[in-house]
Amino acid sequence: MSQIEYSPPTPKGAASIEMRDVTKAFGELVVLNDLSLDVDAGEVVVIIGPSGSGKTTILRVVMTLERIDDGYIKIGDRQLYHEEKDGEPTWASEKHIRSVRSDISMVFQHFNLFPHMSARQNVMLAPIKVKGLNEDEAAEKAKILLDRVGLGDKLDHRPSELSGGQKQRVAIARSLAMEPRVMLFDEVTSALDPELVGEVLNVLRELAASGDMTMMMVTHEMGFAREMADRVLMFDRGRILEQGPPDQIFIDPEHERTKSFLKAVLSH
Amino acid sequence: MQTTWDWDFSAEIFPRLMEGMLVTVAVTLIGIVIAVILGLFLALGRRSNQPWISYPTAWFIEFIRSTPLLIQLFFFYYALPQARDLPRWLTTWPAFITMFVALGVHYACYASEAYRAGIESVPKGQWEASTTLNLKIKTTWRSVILPQAIPRSLPPLGNYFVAMFKDAPIGSAITVQGVLFVARATQSASFRSVEPYTLAGLLFLAVSIPAAMFVRRLERRVAYESD
Repeated sequence: MSQIEYSPPTPKGAASIEMRDVTKAFGELVVLNDLSLDVDAGEVVVIIGPSGSGKTTILRVVMTLERIDDGYIKIGDRQLYHEEKDGEPTWASEKHIRSVRSDISMVFQHFNLFPHMSARQNVMLAPIKVKGLNEDEAAEKAKILLDRVGLGDKLDHRPSELSGGQKQRVAIARSLAMEPRVMLFDEVTSALDPELVGEVLNVLRELAASGDMTMMMVTHEMGFAREMADRVLMFDRGRILEQGPPDQIFIDPEHERTKSFLKAVLSH
Repeated sequence: MQTTWDWDFSAEIFPRLMEGMLVTVAVTLIGIVIAVILGLFLALGRRSNQPWISYPTAWFIEFIRSTPLLIQLFFFYYALPQARDLPRWLTTWPAFITMFVALGVHYACYASEAYRAGIESVPKGQWEASTTLNLKIKTTWRSVILPQAIPRSLPPLGNYFVAMFKDAPIGSAITVQGVLFVARATQSASFRSVEPYTLAGLLFLAVSIPAAMFVRRLERRVAYESD
């Protein structure tokens, strides 16, 4: 394992992500292969690549939905999966992981809203249960966030009464309610009808422009990636094949694999 | 078979049968409360990631489900009191209490399976969303998983409750004075079988048919809301 450094919690604001020699396998299948990646605080990184290349798994290990097998991940100055016990680096306790995880949030392709709650209740739940806000404070915060994503008139609607684009915007508001320093987006427009993609991308544009958080997103919206990303990573077989500013990757990619992937995606 | 129906005799025994029916309903209702609560704990215990909880729970459920209720009842009522090393209050219970405990524990094991199916029907994404929101496991269960799992468990639970009601007369075997006990006692005293058993059967129908219809409606409603 690489050298692990420890330091105290850092204040709020966008946080950097540091991944070193991260390996993740499902049985025999190695999905992340000695992956090292640095994302600056406030940076917008878009990950592209063929399906099965491991790009979603990067987000899932940062979110702790899958645990890494080797290497380390730091969010800001804090180790995500490791802590120091008796002067020795060890795998972190659930308590430590929960503490660091409070800086991270994730939006999913299939929204994963709580179907038995209204839009407002979806957004209120975590601030009340995790951040200790009272009902009134959480309701006010939920209203502000749902207004921000253009759903101020849908507060009491259940997910079943909302369109796909509206559901995804509620999911984004729900994540924002946790005031994350790092936000992960996993193909958040892939499950939407084409005419609903724009409304979600507009919200993402606004978030990216605010610079309040570091954003990592997996997307097939190449136009959006080119417009919004500070950096694009081309991923293949559990490794970063190439990376660079959007213009470089989209106009003048280095690798044949990137060229053929972009050709296939852009021809659709 | 040639017999006659005696209306006067029927009117005379009906109040006693009704009293017996109240006992049967009471045993069932208390048994349901036990099954609903214990069943949920058994379902959670079986899903526990602590083997010292999940293995004994799974074993207990299988053991109870694999043995007849009547044997469990006889064990509690006749065999347990002979365990003289244990305190008497722990081993010797009145028939009424023995019956609702045995019925409740027996069906708690079935109820736990209904809960398990309901819990497993909640999509994995709901667990993952709870993780991304950093909810504690207790909050995830209480606020996210169970409010979705329990409504989906209600139709099978309802079927078990109807089955419990139909199993409750077994209590007559240990002298619980429910409707079957009263019908048998009436038959012994009068040597007439048709009226007591027919009326007992009709009383059961009067409760179990509406209950079964209610469960069917519940099933349709849950299926509709899950769409």
